[in-house]
Amino acid sequence: MHYRLEASDLQQLLDALKADGYALLGPQRQDNAILYDTLESAADLPQGWTDQQEAGQYKLKRREDAAYFGYVVGPRSWKRVFLPPRKRLWSATQQDGAWSIEEEPLPTQKVALIGVRACEIHAIAIQDRVLREGPYPDPYYTTMRAQSLIIAVNCTQAAPTCFCTSMDTGPNATFGFDLSLTELLEPDHGFVVEVGSPKGQALVETLGLPAANDPDQARAQAGVDQARKQIKRTLQRDDVKALLYRNLEHARWDEVASRCLSCANCTMVCPTCFCTEMEDITDLTGDHAERWQRWDSCFHGQFTHVHGGPVRQSTRSRYRQWLTHKLASWEDQFGTTGCVGCGRCIAWCPAGIDLTAEVKAFRESEHSQEKNKR
Amino acid sequence: MTQKPKLAVWKFASCDGCQLSLLDCEDELLAVAGAVDIAYFPEATRRMVDGPYDVSLVEGSITTPHDAERIVAIRKNSKKLITLGACATAGGIQALRNFRDVKEWTSLVYAHPEYIDTLAHSAPIAEHVKVDFELRGCPINKMQLVEVLAAFLNQRKPLVPNHSVCVECKLNEQVCVMVTQQTPCLGPVTQAGCGALCPRYLRGCFGCFGPKENPNTSSMAAQWRSLGASEAQILRAFRGINGYAEAFRLESERSEQQLQSTEQKAK
Ligand code: SF4
Ligand code: SF4
Ligand code: SF4
Repeated sequence: MHYRLEASDLQQLLDALKADGYALLGPQRQDNAILYDTLESAADLPQGWTDQQEAGQYKLKRREDAAYFGYVVGPRSWKRVFLPPRKRLWSATQQDGAWSIEEEPLPTQKVALIGVRACEIHAIAIQDRVLREGPYPDPYYTTMRAQSLIIAVNCTQAAPTCFCTSMDTGPNATFGFDLSLTELLEPDHGFVVEVGSPKGQALVETLGLPAANDPDQARAQAGVDQARKQIKRTLQRDDVKALLYRNLEHARWDEVASRCLSCANCTMVCPTCFCTEMEDITDLTGDHAERWQRWDSCFHGQFTHVHGGPVRQSTRSRYRQWLTHKLASWEDQFGTTGCVGCGRCIAWCPAGIDLTAEVKAFRESEHSQEKNKR
Repeated sequence: MTQKPKLAVWKFASCDGCQLSLLDCEDELLAVAGAVDIAYFPEATRRMVDGPYDVSLVEGSITTPHDAERIVAIRKNSKKLITLGACATAGGIQALRNFRDVKEWTSLVYAHPEYIDTLAHSAPIAEHVKVDFELRGCPINKMQLVEVLAAFLNQRKPLVPNHSVCVECKLNEQVCVMVTQQTPCLGPVTQAGCGALCPRYLRGCFGCFGPKENPNTSSMAAQWRSLGASEAQILRAFRGINGYAEAFRLESERSEQQLQSTEQKAK
């Protein structure tokens, strides 16, 4: 069943969530980008703005219409909500020779994520497998996931960096949301609303939303189709694992390493990357100690530091680890791919390195070798 | 009660900014003074206690024959020697002389160059004596200094990551200026430590903390070129405060060669 929400009533949806005790997180324009942050009201949304993305480039632009969700994805992903960049795990204090350890309390605030894209829902599901459903669930992650509500937004526009259609993750959300919205623009600005959970159903009833009529549903579908058509980037997925495993010693790794800065931006912006580092600190007296968790990256030397030095010393070995983990060994490890095709690592790489182009290069090199044999 | 470790602070060719970071610690300064015996720190106190010292903090680079002797004596008198800042760790801005003929410069600058007793190079401390830890930055980050002291006092490894400034940018959830504004930024090849200060004010990184682990300066320079930076700009970017640090030095030399060959072609 689909419902209709008027654009002018978007605030009512936000109010209903607030009344239910949710803190709102959603897109807004900050520092030349659209970022997810605490949302006060619908007025904070980046209405009338869009983004233009290319490898190593991201620019905001005014739209000619009043779309609330007329942008694609920005540098922040929702992983910051469930797996914050930095987090204290515990602290310990020594008094009169005795140590007491204080665990960091778990968060209690419910959060509603507004404007979650289909690829991002897939990314959350991928992180769930690692941090929630694995043998060692992360307490912070599981707590935040349990008290989060997801308002998805189906994409009606895609960026040149997107390739969700190759990864089967978009452009419309098919699971993992409480409500999903598809924005309809002129002449009657509103949303087609789909319910994905009992919580979502309750919201629709609180708001007393009417059913969406057939023409509106057709317009919503046309919007999603338009996004799908705009997607030009591709990653041939069926044999990518075998392809990469066959080419572990290929010269292309040296070529990409000559461009890669091992700066780690790609892993920081990636919504599925989950690696963290433990940092232990003390104060000067040594009477107070803390353990922190912070995002880490396979592009760091320290990441593979064992006695004697890092195992992966060269950028070649680090980029290879990253790409093969994302697209191949992730499957062996977790039964899914590690990439949802959001394109963040492409846009936010200062060197404009594009994983889809790298995969193509391996494939083309095999093709030309085949041809030469014939 | 066991005696507090004796701390000494030494100055070589430098601007004093790094030592001042210690005084600038304010809240932490009392804790530092409580944890160590500040035995020699002319910038802060007239009290001077003789060595040996448990830990010596060394600011500045070695630029004169006298400096070269002094640092050897300090090393002998110190259990641990920690260098502070770009001068002590990479030769500092005064290491620009390392790329030119110092004799010629002194004769141009001074009325009586015969009074000038200087070495041809401005050298990092580690070129002269063994260094136990090098703290980067121009100036250093005072919280990193407190961390290094805390680590030393508690006999643990200092928590001073050697990854890129980009990581700090992202941990702080700042937006990349290179990607959004096409501003040339040295963050991808520069070691973290400043908290991504310049990008926070929407400017590119100047490389104050020197090359990060595994820096790909050639790709960085190529990116700058593609953003429209001139070769002279690239040369200046790498030949700055940390210009004598190996990775930055090699890149500026490549850039210089490039410039010279285009100049020659133009002639
Ligand atoms: S692929 Fe790009 S973002 Fe990732 S480490 Fe290399 S240069 Fe940085
Ligand atoms: S690897 Fe790149 S495209 Fe894939 S999910 Fe991560 S950031 Fe998105
Ligand atoms: S602004 Fe500079 S330091 Fe920050 S992520 Fe971009 S390139 Fe890296």
